[in-house]
Amino acid sequence: MLRWITIIVLAIGVTGTAIWGYKEHQEKNAILIQAENTYQRAFHELTYNMDLMHDKIGTAIAMNSKERLSPQLAEIWRLTSDSLSNVGQLPLTLLPFNKTEEFLSKIGDFTYRTAIRDLKKDPLTDKELDTLKNLYTQAGNIKDELRQVQHTALENNLRWMDVQLALATEDTQADNTIIDGFKTVEKKVEGFAEGNIDSAISGTSSENHKYENVEGPKIDENEALNYSKDIFNIKATKDLRVTTTGDGADIPLYSVSYSDGKKNAYLDLTQQGGHPITLLVDRPVGEKQISLNEGYKIAEKYIQEHNFESMELLNSSQYENVGIYSFIYNQNGVRVFADAIEVKVALDNGDILGLTANNYFLNHHKREIPKPGLSTEQAKDFVNPNVAIQEDYLAVITNDLGEEVLTYEFLGILGDDTYRIFINAMDGTEEKVERLNGKEINYAGI
Amino acid sequence: MTFRKYILLVIICLFAIGLQETSNPKEVDAFTNQIIQRGSVGDDVIELQARLQYIGYYKGKIDGVFGWGTYWALRNFQKDYGLTIDGLAGLKTRQKLVNVSKFDGKWVHTQIAKGNDFTYYGGTDLAKQTKPNRNAPKGNTAPQPKQQPNQNTQNTNNNNTNATNNTATNTNNANQNTANTTNNTAVNVPQGFSQNDINLMANAVYGEARGEPYEGQVAVAAVILNRVESPTFPNTVAGVIFEPRAFTAVADGQIWLTPNDKAREAVLDAINGWDPTGEAIYYFNPDTATSSWIWGRPQIKRIGKHIFCK
Repeated sequence: MLRWITIIVLAIGVTGTAIWGYKEHQEKNAILIQAENTYQRAFHELTYNMDLMHDKIGTAIAMNSKERLSPQLAEIWRLTSDSLSNVGQLPLTLLPFNKTEEFLSKIGDFTYRTAIRDLKKDPLTDKELDTLKNLYTQAGNIKDELRQVQHTALENNLRWMDVQLALATEDTQADNTIIDGFKTVEKKVEGFAEGNIDSAISGTSSENHKYENVEGPKIDENEALNYSKDIFNIKATKDLRVTTTGDGADIPLYSVSYSDGKKNAYLDLTQQGGHPITLLVDRPVGEKQISLNEGYKIAEKYIQEHNFESMELLNSSQYENVGIYSFIYNQNGVRVFADAIEVKVALDNGDILGLTANNYFLNHHKREIPKPGLSTEQAKDFVNPNVAIQEDYLAVITNDLGEEVLTYEFLGILGDDTYRIFINAMDGTEEKVERLNGKEINYAGI
Repeated sequence: MTFRKYILLVIICLFAIGLQETSNPKEVDAFTNQIIQRGSVGDDVIELQARLQYIGYYKGKIDGVFGWGTYWALRNFQKDYGLTIDGLAGLKTRQKLVNVSKFDGKWVHTQIAKGNDFTYYGGTDLAKQTKPNRNAPKGNTAPQPKQQPNQNTQNTNNNNTNATNNTATNTNNANQNTANTTNNTAVNVPQGFSQNDINLMANAVYGEARGEPYEGQVAVAAVILNRVESPTFPNTVAGVIFEPRAFTAVADGQIWLTPNDKAREAVLDAINGWDPTGEAIYYFNPDTATSSWIWGRPQIKRIGKHIFCK
């Protein structure tokens, strides 16, 4: 009898401990993941901020007017303090990383001093400009190194908890990649004593407003299905599924989808007029057979067929075997950046893989474009004299205040970089300056 | 009479074919027949950059991506040689370029394959124009096999249970793609983004929506970007993704599964402007959502298993 009681009590005790242990283990895991996520966030933000800072310094070099330069310098200053706080959150206490931190605060000091100065009375001296150029190169180096570390970390799923352990236990064989990477960054520094997230096109408005250009009679589901059938390039409508949008949508849409195992397609159509807003076709893309240029011809023909008139190519890029083309509207020789369309073409057989015309339908309307008050030559005088201007256009862009303004768009070179500079065509205000990149070292390739 | 006509026709045809052959001079052989435009990548671009550098127009890196630097070099070349200035390397431009420059394809490709820092200016000894790049991180990438194996097995296990058919086809794709692109030392990226930002987002999208149709994956990526832009959320991609309690895949560690190419492609589309959600900043799975708050948000639409809302 006593034996049985003992056995039962012990059994309950063991199960209880097991359950308790398992719970503890789970909780520990959850906390570990959370701690890991905090480190990851700080790390990825640090690399992003460094990249952004590099970009902003580069843009500042090409700027001419005080109205632009002061806020830009203030922005860089903000980014240095953000980056410093990111560094502070990483478990690097045991790793010598102070040179990099000093470098960051050096940039911060410099930009702060120049940002609060009245640059109109007291513009940047040549020496300060040289300093800025130096900082630009150095920030570029650090950025490249950090991006390299980030790439390896992402590729191999490296954990910051491991870094912390390795640093805490002072592992003699410290071959932790993250630690090595940070040491390289630090060495690089020893050698020398809000980002653009709109679509790929700048100057588009991110402000929400009503759709300007959705006209035509209301269509019903059958018409939507028939239209999609043609656009998806399939025979029967019976394989298609159609749904409508709910109350939260800015504009009522039909969403049509199709899937046959190999191909998967999706289309958003406005209920008013049946205009295509988003098209996405997903299928495996084979070996590249046609050039980016031929793909452009196909894309151009396609948008003409769908009644987008007088669009011109702004940008084209090849990703793997897919070409992506950005078109903007051209009204009598004036480029309107807000009315943008993007088209995706498969470079194996020239199929259209995607179209997004959201910006176009959101913004496009007949505009009264005034005559420019300045001549091209007069406007050029407002551009930083160090920029060698290569191309100029008239363009309508959305400025910082969300208003559409007529500008001269100049494409120019300074050093190794290309800049797009918008000068107000009426009063010469420097509305926007951008450094154009669009390519990057292939971290996976080296 | 008609017979003669036929013969004449055949002769004319043959002649025409012959003409075409001759109008395509042998020197252009190295370039393929495509018109090269800005944004292109590949061997033709490497040759274009090398040839432009040989005669001193292009001063950047020979990396096989037709960016702005190459564009200006090409335009200046066209200007100086009296060609139409369009920034496109069409037949005439390529012929002219081939006539006035040299291209040692083997040497250039060897340098690229070795990851050397090199230039290709004419009139200078080639051996002096190359040095090994100390950035090429042979030693940097090598020493992690320790942590890798068990993570990988873990990943494949998870993949197998969650999305079997996806992974099988996509690992194939990935292999093919890397084979295609190893030639280039640079790649195109959307303005303002790095490959790493794209990879990080791909991780999040894969963790959150790997079982969803393609548009559903683009939609999740679009929501991340909409949040970056929204004043009530953090301003960086990493900030949005790692915000505590924002994404379940981040909270339970599923974000660290290896994403497939589909997820990457979806992220690229979202960055390039595709947003099937209609500017949503929240989404939830109606089968598992426990918060009643989320049901109160104005709903935009349903894609796959997720409902997207404002």
